[in-house]
Amino acid sequence: MLRLQKLTKTYKTGDQALKAIDLDVPKGQVLALIGPSGAGKSTMIRCINRLVEPTSGAVLLEDVDLTGLGSGALRKARREMGMIFQEYALVERLTVMENVLSGRLGYVGFWRSFLRRYPQPDVDEAFRLLDRVGLLHMADKRADELSGGQRQRVGICRALIQNPKLLLVDEPTASLDPKTSRQIMRLITELCQERGLAAIINIHDVALAQMFVPRVVGLRFGEIVYDGLPTGLTPDKLTEIYGEEDWEATIEKVEEEQEEIEAAE
Amino acid sequence: MSDVTLDQMLGKSWRKPAFVKNAALRWTLIVGFVVYLIAAYLTIEVDWGRVYVGLDRGWAFVLAFTSPDFTSRWSDIWSGLLESIVMTVAASVVGIAISIPIGLGAARNIAPLPVYMICRGIVAISRALQEIIVAILLVAIFGFGPLAGFLTLSFATIGFLSKLLAEDIEAMDRVQAEAIKASGARWTQWINYGVQPQVMPRLVGLSIYRIDINFRESAILGLVGAGGIGATLNTAFDRYEYDTAAAILLLIIGIVMALEYLSGIVRARVQ
Repeated sequence: MLRLQKLTKTYKTGDQALKAIDLDVPKGQVLALIGPSGAGKSTMIRCINRLVEPTSGAVLLEDVDLTGLGSGALRKARREMGMIFQEYALVERLTVMENVLSGRLGYVGFWRSFLRRYPQPDVDEAFRLLDRVGLLHMADKRADELSGGQRQRVGICRALIQNPKLLLVDEPTASLDPKTSRQIMRLITELCQERGLAAIINIHDVALAQMFVPRVVGLRFGEIVYDGLPTGLTPDKLTEIYGEEDWEATIEKVEEEQEEIEAAE
Repeated sequence: MSDVTLDQMLGKSWRKPAFVKNAALRWTLIVGFVVYLIAAYLTIEVDWGRVYVGLDRGWAFVLAFTSPDFTSRWSDIWSGLLESIVMTVAASVVGIAISIPIGLGAARNIAPLPVYMICRGIVAISRALQEIIVAILLVAIFGFGPLAGFLTLSFATIGFLSKLLAEDIEAMDRVQAEAIKASGARWTQWINYGVQPQVMPRLVGLSIYRIDINFRESAILGLVGAGGIGATLNTAFDRYEYDTAAAILLLIIGIVMALEYLSGIVRARVQ
């Protein structure tokens, strides 16, 4: 459904953030993108919805090349891609409901959005989504009154109300505690399953990625150095992605945690 | 520097590196500035005889504040005040309305370069021309009266508000705006949802502050014939009616303080 072909991004400073990335994401697949800081994870997902302009290559979303689109067509294409951000990126002075409904901006006209008069189906869907993530009672609270985990749930609602085909998720758990991180990851993967959504999740917590996704792509210096099952991430592979370090502890910990969670459930 | 070992550093004293590295240059700058400062003060002539004469007049003015005369020129004061308030409100509304689009254009992170250059140019012109100079010019064009004052204050508001609004937009959180863009919003929606909520408290605060400034300026503009309470004040001074002048100044102080109090309440509410 999503295909990246020789996607390259060279910044003005001459840094090559992405070096001819080729990647295929079939419909409904959730994949985790791991790699050290500065490997190009964030650049890659931003090149897909063109928050960052790729230098060359193609991004095919259901066989439409997004890199060549004009501004109007790009807006239409962006509606198909929901995005979830690292620091939640909610507009802090708007209410929870306004933040969720802002996901519909690509579908409604300016005056409707300016006057906050959204079509009833949009409003109903917003309530449904907030209820799904357990925040229905917070609808009229201001976004900056919420805790980190709650904000990220609102961020998820905002992405989903777009009714997207693909989720681009940028470090969803980076500013959350371990327990909330898992709840958020579980929520994202569950929602993707419910709705048959494909997703690319940038994440630097390898253990967390291994727990929740069926496919892991490892990025290093703008190149894909691993693409496969989470179980295939051996210490050698992790060294190839991140550099020399003692990985045994990380991997063992994952297995233990997995058992703990299974025991708890 | 990279091959310094710990042994070489231990026992050495440490100071914060100087802002100007070259010691000779540093001391030349310091001494030169002090010498200039002394020379500059020496050039300001003080005529002590004139000061002595003026003290009496000054004292009479201060005394007038103990017995301000609101009554004998009340109808002049009242019409002057009304004119000032009309000028302030009209100029603030027009000025703020024009400032917002120019402020958007003068923010480098949301405006394309040509628009940015034009808007920054407008801001620079408005800020370079002081109110009094503009007022003198506009009085020459439109004649005496509040029209010249209204136009002057509108013009001055644009330079002030656009510049500060643009700076606030440039300092906003980019990711919040990015999130709105990622949903496929059009430009106007992006401004309304991604930018406006972030800068609104500051815009409201600055607007009220500007209303405050415009009212005070309206008292000055009367001195050059641009209408308002300043004209009444000027007349009172010309007639040596210090008690009436004192009454006018007390009213201006009262209104400015009331505006200050009001702005505190409003700013606390929009935070």
